[in-house]
Amino acid sequence: MPAKGYIVVNELYCKACELCVTDCPHDVLALDMDRLTPKGYHPAHMVNPEACTGCGICARVCPDAAITVYRYEKQKVEA
Amino acid sequence: MVLTDIPTKVVYKRPEALDPRVTHYCPGCTHGVAHRLVAEVLEEMGQVENTIGVASVGCSVFAYNYFEFDFVEAAHGRAPAMATGIKRVLPDRMIFTYQGDGDLASIGMGEIVGAASRGEKITVVFINNANYGMTGGQMAPTTLPNQKTTSSPTGRDVERQGYPIQTAELLSTLGGAVYVVRRSLHSSREVRRAKQAIRTAFEVQKHDLGFSLVELLSTCPTNWGMTPVEARDWIEERMLTYYPLGDYKVSPAVADLKI
Amino acid sequence: MAKELIKGNTAVAEAALRAGLEAYFGYPITPQTELLEHLSARMPELGRPFVQAESELGAINMVYGAACTGKRVMTSSSSPGVSLMMEGLSYIAGTEVPAVLVDVVRGGPGLGNIAPAQGDYNQIVHGGGHGDYHLIVLAPASVQEAVDLTVLAFDLAEKYRNIVAVLLDGSIGQMMEPAELPPMQPLKTETPDWAVRGTQGGEKRILTSINLDPPAQEVMNLRLMKRWQEIEKNEIRYKTYFMDDAEYVVVGFGTAGRVSLSAVRAAREKGIKVGLLRPITVAPFPKNVLDELTEKVKAFLVVEMNAGQMLEDVRLVVRGRKPVEFFGRMGGVVPFPDEVLTEIERLVEGSLTTEGHPRDRWLSRLSETIG
Repeated sequence: MPAKGYIVVNELYCKACELCVTDCPHDVLALDMDRLTPKGYHPAHMVNPEACTGCGICARVCPDAAITVYRYEKQKVEA
Repeated sequence: MVLTDIPTKVVYKRPEALDPRVTHYCPGCTHGVAHRLVAEVLEEMGQVENTIGVASVGCSVFAYNYFEFDFVEAAHGRAPAMATGIKRVLPDRMIFTYQGDGDLASIGMGEIVGAASRGEKITVVFINNANYGMTGGQMAPTTLPNQKTTSSPTGRDVERQGYPIQTAELLSTLGGAVYVVRRSLHSSREVRRAKQAIRTAFEVQKHDLGFSLVELLSTCPTNWGMTPVEARDWIEERMLTYYPLGDYKVSPAVADLKI
Repeated sequence: MAKELIKGNTAVAEAALRAGLEAYFGYPITPQTELLEHLSARMPELGRPFVQAESELGAINMVYGAACTGKRVMTSSSSPGVSLMMEGLSYIAGTEVPAVLVDVVRGGPGLGNIAPAQGDYNQIVHGGGHGDYHLIVLAPASVQEAVDLTVLAFDLAEKYRNIVAVLLDGSIGQMMEPAELPPMQPLKTETPDWAVRGTQGGEKRILTSINLDPPAQEVMNLRLMKRWQEIEKNEIRYKTYFMDDAEYVVVGFGTAGRVSLSAVRAAREKGIKVGLLRPITVAPFPKNVLDELTEKVKAFLVVEMNAGQMLEDVRLVVRGRKPVEFFGRMGGVVPFPDEVLTEIERLVEGSLTTEGHPRDRWLSRLSETIG
């Protein structure tokens, strides 16, 4: 199923609270245990980008307004 | 993988009414959500340049650092009085207070009842997280029976330490209060409903209808000793029965508002 | 404008209104309630906000909020209510916004009574609220002076971004005297550049009294202190009577000063070379004139309606160079001129000393009088 959207987490703000990870209906997100933000948190990121529908639930629960949500525009089917 | 050659639209981005600063709130603390919702609502209403916020004393004492509009700092509990003073002299501005359990329901009880009963045309955002966060987790008027806090270490004993105060219910009895509701921030669905309530509350003020207050059940992961995710579950399991969500006062004029 | 027979509280209220008072927030308390009641009628007449708050706590914080918008605001209260306002006054001082407080003093401490007193001098002149800050304190001795000083209060408050207290003994608030009220002034239209107003596209302004960083707080504290030095340099006001050849000086403010004036007149008729120094600003205190007098005269008599509070400020300036005696009545008792005259005579006849404390000597005499 191709992705319908994607999200970008601003690592300045992410505090690894995992609310977005928990609430994503399609298990798109997880904490990136290989990296640290400037404040020393493991930031959230997409591990399952193909499943992202751009629903925005992650951004809605984020206490730090760290997430920007994008949706791909519907494409014209070329005949 | 992000496909960059397909046109995209932004579905959600950080509100510009939020200052670019990183907040000092704990990871997962729903103060951040409440701040974000207030910023979103004021931006959507085009009221950012018309708003003066009144910060109170608690974890949100530096709320004025996190918004892009004018703010004043009140003494503990006095924000509704300060807001009254400002609104009375600048009646066409949007004036709101942002207060926690101790500020509003303990030391500030006189001021909030005064403002609500006088029907001051201000909006109050009330963060209920069942303890005193800033000072390290003491018992609050909103602490639940048997809940352990640093000043009720064996659990709140209602015989000695009294019963929690149900603020929305209490204030809904006052004539000047036209919109008093309780919402929660413990799930994305409830956050959506909370935003609608905050929007209604500010519309009440915009239409000069009277005093509006939104009580928001909120998490305090650090002082509750839980992860942010566990803290949200605690709201659902423990707080909702004592603090039912709902509309406690909606005057006919508010009910007729088309938003 | 013509003089009218008017009660002090009412005169102060109307004077404030005519000086451009834009909002009043208060709470009833004897003996100043007439001020609140007068404004409860007049402010709505002029379309200006009036709120009877839930308490003095509410009132001072409403003043704080409105003061942050740069508008002319005032509250009034009496001793127990002013105690409740101390937190708010400290916050207003710490935020450096202007406000006017009318303090009509009654007997205390505690619930006390509703009779006139001066027992709150220390509270209002030397702080009361927490932290390093100063109020400008104006002490009228008549209804007319109260009117004039109320108008001045708003100007001084704005000039210095300071709180100005108009300190009325309960008697000044309650008595009726002929006084001329000022003409009606129009309301200010300009907003100061520090006031909150809603950005309206401009820069964001925050008014707060918190400074978590100690060095930053110290810079702020220094600013407050330097402002006070400016005020001390420019705003001292006092009146002297019969001073040219005075060998003895009575010092008293407000009603005590006024009663002392009658006593000084009577003493002069008896040939006693006594004068009166009546501070009009008790803060800033008229140190320089007192210092000059110390060199010239033989002794001072401080007269107050308390247990000797301004007395200490006088002693501080006199520095033991000359004897300072004290006469006071407490608890709402107002001294009569003949009592003060007796004290002046005792000063002139008796052996004076700079040893010990005048309060102790006075307390022995008072114990004998009132048992």
